[in-house]
Amino acid sequence: MRMLYHFGRYLMLLGNFFKSPEKLPVYWNLFLEECNFIGVGSVLIVVLISLFIGAVTTVQTAYQLESPLLPTTLIGTTVANSSLLELAPTITSLVLAGKVGSAIASQLGTMRVTEQIDALEVMGINSASYLILPKIAASIVCYPLLVVIACFLQMAGGLVAGHLTGEVPAADFLAGAREYFLPFYVQFMLLKAFSFGFIISSISAYHGYYTSGGALEVGQSSTRAVVYSCIVILLTDYVLAQLLL
Amino acid sequence: MAIEIKQIVKGFGEKQVLRGIDMHLEDGKVNMIIGASGSGKSVMLKCIVGLMQPDGGEVLFDGMDLHRGNFKDVRKIRSNLGMLFQYSALFDSMTVEENVGFPLKIFTKDDKRTIKKRVEFCLERVNMAKTNNLFPAELSGGMKKRVGIARAIALNPKYLFVDEPNSGLDPLTSKLIDELISELTYEYNMCTVVVSHDMNSVINISDNIMFLYQGKKEWEGDKKQILKSGNDNLDRFVFVSDLIRRDH
Repeated sequence: MRMLYHFGRYLMLLGNFFKSPEKLPVYWNLFLEECNFIGVGSVLIVVLISLFIGAVTTVQTAYQLESPLLPTTLIGTTVANSSLLELAPTITSLVLAGKVGSAIASQLGTMRVTEQIDALEVMGINSASYLILPKIAASIVCYPLLVVIACFLQMAGGLVAGHLTGEVPAADFLAGAREYFLPFYVQFMLLKAFSFGFIISSISAYHGYYTSGGALEVGQSSTRAVVYSCIVILLTDYVLAQLLL
Repeated sequence: MAIEIKQIVKGFGEKQVLRGIDMHLEDGKVNMIIGASGSGKSVMLKCIVGLMQPDGGEVLFDGMDLHRGNFKDVRKIRSNLGMLFQYSALFDSMTVEENVGFPLKIFTKDDKRTIKKRVEFCLERVNMAKTNNLFPAELSGGMKKRVGIARAIALNPKYLFVDEPNSGLDPLTSKLIDELISELTYEYNMCTVVVSHDMNSVINISDNIMFLYQGKKEWEGDKKQILKSGNDNLDRFVFVSDLIRRDH
């Protein structure tokens, strides 16, 4: 029952975005600011995680494919396809749920408990639309870009690790990556990134926007935002895989 | 009559916080709503400014209903409404100049130069000139209140709402803020509504006083009458201070 209440309120919040929106230039500036925070601000962590995930995946795949009957190109195939289908969109989004989701929830939560959202409402500004819509739009635009970067760097990390450890020559790795590549995998990855971007920003915004109380509750909202974002990401990940693969 | 409140009712679950309150709030006057903590004055203020939907009753701004009006009417009322919050509610991510200019950016088509000029005028009016580039975190409580007032008057509003203007301030700064609210009310002929439980403010600046007790309007009058109201609940609230008792 409680879950239905939250789901209904979440849908109503999303519906509120389109009631009495403000002038477009107002949103444009906020959108650019959010792109800077969500997109540019997350590049470093995405780069670090992706390089290491790619490297580890290569080393572990090589460890499991020790048979001389199996070609080393399989390592490239496994790393490339895992990155495209799962690791780049899902792991990156789980990490960003922690970084971006908690920031969104705590920012909105603090604005709520310090009456800044009330101040917007009193001025006649649709606070949900003004504060949340640019965040969701920026997430939907930036997440796919971040996931593309992550995917590329995971493969690069895998290639370098394979070459440095001598497990798989770079040429074999690239040949394997190309061998079973399907363009649909890229579409699938981008669809996931787009969905996860929406999920993280909207769920986190929901928890932040409806914070009540003080500093303690802001922290709790932030934690809830991350936990629920992660759960919904994993559920959506499964549903998309089941439906589209 | 600037603001007319008719039979406002508001409850949370089984608890009735406001039980059919009527009020007439006049232009060019400081209308003060007083009462002990939990008497319903903050809920009353939230219902008047539209932050809460009352369960029953009407709030009419020059005849227009804020809660049931169409989008255009509500927008018009809101553009004429300024509010100073208890903790100022300045936007953390904006400078003082951006905070004061924010309503102008949203509601007017003025260019940047005109907005800047108006912002400087408002900041000067509240003695906060040359603080344009500071962030709220760099301001003291009293300075935040003054910037909050500058933001509230930026659009030259007809109605000014003030929630606990003296909370967290020293007596001297409290007096300055009170005087500023009073001066601005007469200068711009605003209908000012102040929610407070500070008797110094009541004596200093109020023109009309409404005393709430357990969700009902228990007494209404002016500052001359408040000291000899004959209402037990009001007397208990007013004369709890030794200072006032001695003066009386």
